[in-house]
Amino acid sequence: MCLGIPGEILSIEVDEQQMRKAKVRFGGITRDAYLDLVPEAAVGDYVIVHVGFAISKVDAERARETFQLLEEME
Amino acid sequence: MRYLDEYRDGAAAQKMLRRIAGTITRPWTIMEVCGSQTHALLKYGIDQLLPDKLTLIHGPGCPVCVTPVEIIDQAIALAARPDVIFTSYGDMLRVPGSGKDLLSVKAEGGDVRMVYSPMDALKIARENPDKKTVFFAIGFETTAPANAMAAFLAERDGVDSFFMLTSHVLIPPAIETIASSPDNRVQGFLAPGHVCTVTGYTQYETLAAKYRLPIVVTGFEPLDLLQGIYMLIKQLETGGYTVENQYARSVARDGNPQAQALIDKVFEVVDHKWRGIGTIPLSGLRLKGPYARFDAITALGVESPPSQEASACIAGLVLQGVKKPVDCPAFATDCTPEHCLGAPMVSSEGACAAYYLYSRREKAIT
Amino acid sequence: MNLFPNCPIPLTEYPRVLLAHGGGGRLTQNLIEKMLLPSFDNPFLAPLHDGALISLGEQRLALSTDSYVVHPPFFPGGDIGRLAVFGTANDLAMCGARPLFLSCALILEEGLPMEDLWRIIVSMKEAAQEADVQIVTGDSKVVERGKGDGIFINTAGIGAVLPGVEVGPQQVQAGDEIVLSGPLGLHGIAIMALREGLSLDADVKSDSAPVFPMVKALAEEGIEIHMLRDPTRGGLSSALNEMATKSRIGMLIEEERLPIGPEVQGVCEILGLDPLYVANEGNFIAVVKEGQSEQAVEVLRKNPSGRQAVCIGRAVTEHPQTVVMRTRIRGERIVDVMSGEQLPRIC
Repeated sequence: MCLGIPGEILSIEVDEQQMRKAKVRFGGITRDAYLDLVPEAAVGDYVIVHVGFAISKVDAERARETFQLLEEME
Repeated sequence: MRYLDEYRDGAAAQKMLRRIAGTITRPWTIMEVCGSQTHALLKYGIDQLLPDKLTLIHGPGCPVCVTPVEIIDQAIALAARPDVIFTSYGDMLRVPGSGKDLLSVKAEGGDVRMVYSPMDALKIARENPDKKTVFFAIGFETTAPANAMAAFLAERDGVDSFFMLTSHVLIPPAIETIASSPDNRVQGFLAPGHVCTVTGYTQYETLAAKYRLPIVVTGFEPLDLLQGIYMLIKQLETGGYTVENQYARSVARDGNPQAQALIDKVFEVVDHKWRGIGTIPLSGLRLKGPYARFDAITALGVESPPSQEASACIAGLVLQGVKKPVDCPAFATDCTPEHCLGAPMVSSEGACAAYYLYSRREKAIT
Repeated sequence: MNLFPNCPIPLTEYPRVLLAHGGGGRLTQNLIEKMLLPSFDNPFLAPLHDGALISLGEQRLALSTDSYVVHPPFFPGGDIGRLAVFGTANDLAMCGARPLFLSCALILEEGLPMEDLWRIIVSMKEAAQEADVQIVTGDSKVVERGKGDGIFINTAGIGAVLPGVEVGPQQVQAGDEIVLSGPLGLHGIAIMALREGLSLDADVKSDSAPVFPMVKALAEEGIEIHMLRDPTRGGLSSALNEMATKSRIGMLIEEERLPIGPEVQGVCEILGLDPLYVANEGNFIAVVKEGQSEQAVEVLRKNPSGRQAVCIGRAVTEHPQTVVMRTRIRGERIVDVMSGEQLPRIC
C-alpha cells in the first residue's frame, strides 16, 4: 500500500551479506533491489520494488488480460 | 515507464469513467483503504470525475498517521540521546508527537538520518558499532517483510548496535473494526494492492462473507483505481459480496509465501493501538524470540513524559472515514503541512494532506 | 520568556531555523514576508521579484543577489562556481535585463583543498565568459574547520534592462500564455542522484546555463513578455505560484505538455518526488501576450537550451492566485506551493 514501483531486472549477483541483489531499471535510471523475497525472479523479469525489496514479480499475462478488458470497453 | 505509464492513459480513463457512469443506478458509499490510493484519486482529480452518486470515504491506510503518539514521543526521546543514531523513512520526520517532531530534534543537534530501506539502517549500524542505531520500523504488511529481513540479518550476523522501534499494523483487523461498527456506512472496499501482494487475500474473503461486503483488491494508478471502482460497483448493483482481484499483475490469492514466512519467523501478532482510533485486537506485530532483543523500547529503556494529542485534531474520525478533512474546523487554518496538529496533514499518505495539496479549496488571500 | 515580543513568527512555533526554511516553499516565503520584508521595507524590495528594478536617470537597471550552498560542490553538469555565475546572471535576465557585472564573495572553510578552490575559480571564469559578464569585485573569508561545509559563494549582479521590456506581476493578464523553455527537474535530480548513489542510464546533468540569450531572442522577435521567472528551488510549482499570487490571477497548466525526461521520471517515481517541485537551473518561464506562444516557442527552439520549449498553459480569471493542473486523465488538481523540504517517501 505504499510506494511499489515496477522495474526491469538487468543483472543479479550475490552480495557480501549473501543476499540476492539485482540492478533494476526504472524508466531512465538504475537502482539496486534485493530479490530474496521473490526467488523465482530472473533477468528480464519485471518486479514491484518496495523499500529496496522486490515483493512480487509482475505477471505479464495477467497484465495483458487487464489491458484487454480495458481495450474492449467502449 | 512500463507497467506504470499505460495505467495513466487519458483516453482509457475516460472510457472507464463512462462505463462507471453507465453502470451506477443508485447511491453507493465505498472506501479505499490505502492512503496512497487516496492520494492518487485526488492527485489525478479522479474524485471530481466520478458520478455524484458515488461517495468515497478515505480509509485508515496510512501507517504514519496511525502510529501511536506515545511511540513518536519515544522516538523523539531516543533521537535526542547522544549515543543514538536515529534512522527513519522520510514520512515520519514531520509527524508531531505530543510536542515536537523528529526534524526539530535534528535541528537541535540529534543525529537523525533519513533512509529509504531498513537495509540502509542496518548498514549504518554495522558501520557504527560504538553507537546505537535505532530504526523506526513502521508500516503495514507491505513493509513488514523488509523490516523482518533487517532483524533477521542483525540476528544472524550479531549486529548488536542495531535496534528497531516498531509500529507495525495489519489491515484486515482495521477493516473489520470499520465494517462491524454500528455507524458503518461503507458498502464496499478497495483493498490495498501492495499489502495483498504480500499477504494474499484469503483473509479478505472471510471478511467479505462475514459482513456481506464486496471487496476488490486494487492497484494505485488511475486506471487501476477506476477499474477497481467499476468492479466494485458492478457487484454492488447486483448484490454481490465476493473478493475480486483487479491488481492481478502483482497479487496472487495466496500472496508471497517467502515474505509471509519471514514475517512469521520474526514477528508475532499482538493487540495494537492505532492513533486516533484506539486499540484494535490482534492488529499489530511485535518482534519475538531471538529477535526480541532488538526491540528498542525494551533494550534501551525509553522514558518519555505522558503523551497527549492536540485537542483540535480529529484525525481519528478522518481515519475511520466518519469525517472528511474539509469537515475539520482546523483544516487549512490552524492545521497545515507547515504547522500541523495531527499526522494526516503531514504524512504523504494522509487524507488531510491529499486534500490540502490537490483539492480545490478557497485560497486565503493574505 | 519571549525575547522578541514583536517577532511575527511566534518563537514557540519555530524556535530554530529548519532546513525547510531554505527549501523555496512556504516556510521560505514566511521567512521573507514576515521577517525580512517588513524590516527592510522599501518600494524597490516590495515587488519581491528575482531582482530589484532601479533607475539611474534614463537607464533602467536590475540588481540581484544569490548565495550558493549546494552540496556536493561538484556535480554532473557543473559545480558551485558555475551555478553562482549563471544563477545570478539568470536572475537579472528574469528582470528583462542584460547581465553585465557581478561581485563574488567567497566563504571558505579551513581545510578546503586548494585544488578544489582552483577548479571552482576557473569554472567561474569560464562561466563568466560564457554568460558574457565580468566579475568586477569580490571578497574572501575563511572560517574554522567545521564551521563552513567547504565553500559558500555569494554573487550579486547588475544588469541593464532591455529597451521596451517591462516585466512584472502587474503586466500579467488573463489569456496570457505560459511558455517553458526547457525540460524539468534536471538540476535537482542530478544532485539527488549523486547524493543517493543512484546510477542513471543516460548522463543526467544539471541544466545550469545562462538564459539571457533566449530572453534577448524573444525581445528581439517582438514578443510581448509580461513576466519572467526561473523555476529554481521549489521547482516549477513555486515559480508559478509566486507569479499567480503576485499577479492575482489564476493559472491553468496541462500535465501532458510538461517536458519530463525518463531519468527524471524514474528518480521521481522511486523516491516519491513530484517533478513539479524539483529544482531547475537552465530553464525559465515566460508569460507572453495571448496568441504569441507559438512564435515564442519557435524562437526558443532555435537556441540549444530551448529545444524542448513548449507552451504549458495560460493565465485565467478562474481560481485567482491558484495554480491548477489538468491531469493526464483530464481531472484537475491544485498545484500548491511545497511546504518544506520535499522528503522522499516510502509509503
